[in-house]
Amino acid sequence: MADTFSGPSFLYHLLANELSVVLFNELDKTSDGYAPLPSLKARKHARNNPPEVEKLDESMKRLNVTPDVVLSKLEGMGYQVGLRLIERLLKDHQRFKDELEIMKYICTDLWKYIYDKQIDTLRTNNHGTYVFTDNTFKPLTFFSVEGVDQYYAAAARFITFPCGIIRGALSALGIRSAVSAKATTVTACVFEVIVERS
Amino acid sequence: MSSKGKAPLLDASKVNADLIKLTYGALVAQIVKDYERPEDVNKQLDKLGYNIGVRLVEDFIAHHNIPRCLDFRQTAERIQQAFRFYLGMQPSVGNWSPAGNEFSLTWEQTNPIGDFVEFPDHLRPLQYSRVLCGAIRGGCEMVQIDVTINIAREFLLADSATELRVKFNKRLEDALPVGED
Repeated sequence: MADTFSGPSFLYHLLANELSVVLFNELDKTSDGYAPLPSLKARKHARNNPPEVEKLDESMKRLNVTPDVVLSKLEGMGYQVGLRLIERLLKDHQRFKDELEIMKYICTDLWKYIYDKQIDTLRTNNHGTYVFTDNTFKPLTFFSVEGVDQYYAAAARFITFPCGIIRGALSALGIRSAVSAKATTVTACVFEVIVERS
Repeated sequence: MSSKGKAPLLDASKVNADLIKLTYGALVAQIVKDYERPEDVNKQLDKLGYNIGVRLVEDFIAHHNIPRCLDFRQTAERIQQAFRFYLGMQPSVGNWSPAGNEFSLTWEQTNPIGDFVEFPDHLRPLQYSRVLCGAIRGGCEMVQIDVTINIAREFLLADSATELRVKFNKRLEDALPVGED
């Protein structure tokens, strides 16, 4: 897709950040977990416009918010994106030989398309488990927290969406899978893909 | 210190605009599911755009060596430039009000973030481009300009173009609220 425009990635990172901010909004107020500090302007804005904020809260109360529900929504959004994205990317691509080749495609071309870099290592046990390691995973380089504990709590929000993208991409290619991810050290992320055999 | 003279903080990596559109689409779909009422969805999208705008303007200024805007026409040019920079689709600026405090950003026959969108009939009050309004508002607020933005025409709703109407309200003064200095 060389014909379509590529812009600076900062916009995308902001958007990806907003995904979790919107969904986690209510959750942050009710739990003592990681809450992003709003900017000065935003705080000022919130103070100046209390009625509007009030109304937003009201509609948010109807939402069912627990961390699991929100993360699964986030994952679902990633799935939708992955599904559509792969269809566009592979329009004129030749058929894949086997599962490993599909995984390789995800690690190289798809990852490069989304994050402008490839997955650093791909390992497999040849029985349907694949482990992708990205040592400098872009979404994990764009936020700051106070301590290490908070870092891992916050990281979950940023790696769930990419999990969904991988699962969506695989599902478009006829592979049903379960994808989980873990931030291992600061900025490094490990994705584990387990293919479901029927 | 490998590359001398290069600003190390500027991330040069690129991302495809299609990915942004798809991600935004998935986000809107999810918010629609969660909030049901299109009016609530619009509010969320505006807020989201605002959050993006207040951060994006800094990145934009860091990338471009631009001087202070002297009048609203220059501001309009910057907004136009920012759209080209981030989304690759430059709107035309025009339709100025006689007083010069209101203009239109127009994308003929397209919507900069709506390439893959089909609008179901029952969601007609939903403003898909609301995020753009929020982003412009947020961005301008960070440079002390208070604007109001309306969606005059929406390509996704069978209009011939997408048109955002930007209205200058006032210059914001750097007044910090009590206890925040």
